[in-house]
Amino acid sequence: MVEQKLRVTLLTGRTIEQGVGKERGKASHEYFEACSMVYMDEEDMKKLGVKNDTNVRVSTPNGSVVLKAVKHPRGSMPGLIYIPYGPWANAICSDVTTSIGMPSFKGTPAEVEPAPDKAVLSMEELLMAQFGR
Amino acid sequence: MPVINSVTCPICGCLCDDIEVTVENNEVVKIKNGCAMCESKFIGYKGEHRIHTPMIRKEGKLVPASMDEAVHKAAEVLANANYPVLYGWSSTSCEAQRVGVELAEEVGGVLDNTAVVCHGPSILGVQQVGIPTCTLGQIRHRADLIIYWGCDPWSAHPRHLERYTSFTEGRFEKSEWKAYVQKLKAGAGKKKLESATRLGIMRTKPRPQACPVPGMPPAMIAKGGRKLIVIDVRKSMSAEMADYFIQVEPNKDYELMQALRALVKDQELDVDKVAGVPVEYLEEVADALVNADFGVVFFGMGLTQTRGKFRNIEVAISLIRDLNMRTKFAIMPMRGHFNVTGANVVSAWQTGYPFAVDFSLGYPRYNPGETTSMDVLLRGENDATLVIAADPGANFPKRAVENMVKHPLIVIDPHMNATAMLGDIVFPSAFVGIEVEGTAYRMDHVPLPLKKVVEPPEGILADEEILRRILEEVRIIKAQKTEEKVEQKVEAV
Repeated sequence: MVEQKLRVTLLTGRTIEQGVGKERGKASHEYFEACSMVYMDEEDMKKLGVKNDTNVRVSTPNGSVVLKAVKHPRGSMPGLIYIPYGPWANAICSDVTTSIGMPSFKGTPAEVEPAPDKAVLSMEELLMAQFGR
Repeated sequence: MPVINSVTCPICGCLCDDIEVTVENNEVVKIKNGCAMCESKFIGYKGEHRIHTPMIRKEGKLVPASMDEAVHKAAEVLANANYPVLYGWSSTSCEAQRVGVELAEEVGGVLDNTAVVCHGPSILGVQQVGIPTCTLGQIRHRADLIIYWGCDPWSAHPRHLERYTSFTEGRFEKSEWKAYVQKLKAGAGKKKLESATRLGIMRTKPRPQACPVPGMPPAMIAKGGRKLIVIDVRKSMSAEMADYFIQVEPNKDYELMQALRALVKDQELDVDKVAGVPVEYLEEVADALVNADFGVVFFGMGLTQTRGKFRNIEVAISLIRDLNMRTKFAIMPMRGHFNVTGANVVSAWQTGYPFAVDFSLGYPRYNPGETTSMDVLLRGENDATLVIAADPGANFPKRAVENMVKHPLIVIDPHMNATAMLGDIVFPSAFVGIEVEGTAYRMDHVPLPLKKVVEPPEGILADEEILRRILEEVRIIKAQKTEEKVEQKVEAV
C-alpha cells in the first residue's frame, strides 16, 4: 500500500559531488545538483510510491523543503534519509545545540511526502524565500 | 609550460602536498595527483563565480564600491557594534587568522571558527579526557588496523586512504590496494553471474546466505595485512571498501562504543544486539582491536553531530585508553577545512582557547554554549557579523542565519557563496594556497607551507591584507571616538 507520508530519521553529511560543487562555486550548477537532493532507501521510496529522480517534500519542526529523491546507491538504510550539507539541508535541520554550540545535524526526526508537481528552489530563490535577500 | 611541484592542496584536512600544477599565462591549466575536489578548485578558482570588486548593499541590492569605502564601512560597523561575531577562519592561512584574533580583541567580539559545527565537540571531549594521537606518517608506516567511525573519507577526504592509511605503501605495512581491486573484480564477476542466472542464461544453485545481517560480510578478521573497518549508519563508499562494515543504528554510537569497551576488557554482554549490531560481530571486532599491533581510529561528524556529541568523543578516547592497556592505539579527528586545525592552534596560542573566544569583557573568555557563535546567533545577541573563509549562510541552521542577516553582515570570500549573497559589505579575496602563500595545519597538527602558484587578479587582496586594513581603520575610528568623548567632557567641565 502506498503511504502518504513517511516518518524517517534525517541525516545530513558530505558527498563527493557536494565537495566538487562547493569548490567549483556555491552558485554553480554542480553545487545545486549535488545538494538539492535527498538519498532514500529503495524500499522507503516504494512505500511512498516515489520514483527515482522525482521530487519529494521533506518536513521537520524547523521547516520544509522540496528536494529530488534519489535511491541510495549502496546497501539498505530503511527509515533513514541523507541530504548533503548545504542551504537546502539547513532549511530544515535541527538547531538544538544542547548548549555546546553544535546543532543536531544528524539523527533528528523528519517526514517525507511525494511532491512531484513542486519545483526544487534554486539557491537564490531559497535564500530569498527564507531571508528576503 | 612551467610545472610547479609539491604544491599543498588547500581543500581538506589531508593537505596533500604532492600536487603538480601546470601554469600557463598566469592560469592553472593542469593538475596532477589531485582528487576530484582538488581539480575542481584549481581549475574552478578563476570561474564565473568569482567576486571581482568590493560590494555594499544599497537599497536592498549589492552594488560595486571602492576598497577604501568598503573598508571604512566595515570598520565603522565593527567599531560601533557591542557584540560582533567574527566567524569562519578555516579556509585561510594562519597569518590571516592571527590578524583576526587582533581584530576580535580590538572590537570586543566573539571569535569563533568552523570547528563549532565540525569538531568543536571533539575539542570538548579532548579537554575532558586528553587524546592519545600521532602523526599521519606514523600511521602510514606502522598501522595494521584502521577504523573509520562516523566518517566517509572517500567522499570528504578522498586521498586519505591512498596517502595515509590502507592503500599506501608504508615502511612496515604494505598497501591493500591490490587486494581491494581483486575484491572488486570478484564482486563484478559475482554480479555478472547473478544477472546471467536471472536472465536464464545460466543455472546456479542458490547459495545459503552467509551473513544474516544485511551490509555485513562474514568473518574477515583472519585476513592478513592491514585491516580496514568502517562503522557508519549507512553504507558509504568507504564502507564499500572496508574489510568489515558495521551498520550502527543512528544516535547509538555511544552504546556501541561502551559495548566495545566492555568486550575489550574481557567482560561478557548479556544482550543479543547493541545498537542493532549482533554481539558476535562486536566480539570479532574486539578481537581484531586487541590483536592489532598498532591500530588507529579516525572519527568524523557521525560522532560529533549525533546524540551524545562530545560524550561520544569522550567514550571513543576512553576506548583507545583501554586498548592502550593491551596494545598500541591512537585516535584522530578527520578535520574538514584545510586549516581548521590551524584556526584552533592560532586561537589557542593567542588567546588560550581553541574556539568560541569572547573578548567582550576585554580579555578572552571561553564558555561553549554561551560564547559559541552558533548559540550567540541562535539567541540573537549579535549586533554585527564578520564572516571570512567560511559559508554559514549555507551551513548554519535557518534560525541562526535569520538572526545573522538582521544586523550588518561583512563577508570576505573569493567566491559568491550563500553568505556573500546575503552580505551587506562583501570583500573579494585572493585564494590562499593558489594566489597567496601562507601556513596551514594538517589534521595531525603538522604545519605545512601553502604555495602561491599564480598572481591574484588585479586589485584583489589577500585575507590578511584586507583584515589589516579593517583593523587599522577600526583603530582610527576608535581613536576619533575617544577624542570626541574627551572633548565633550572638557566642554562639560
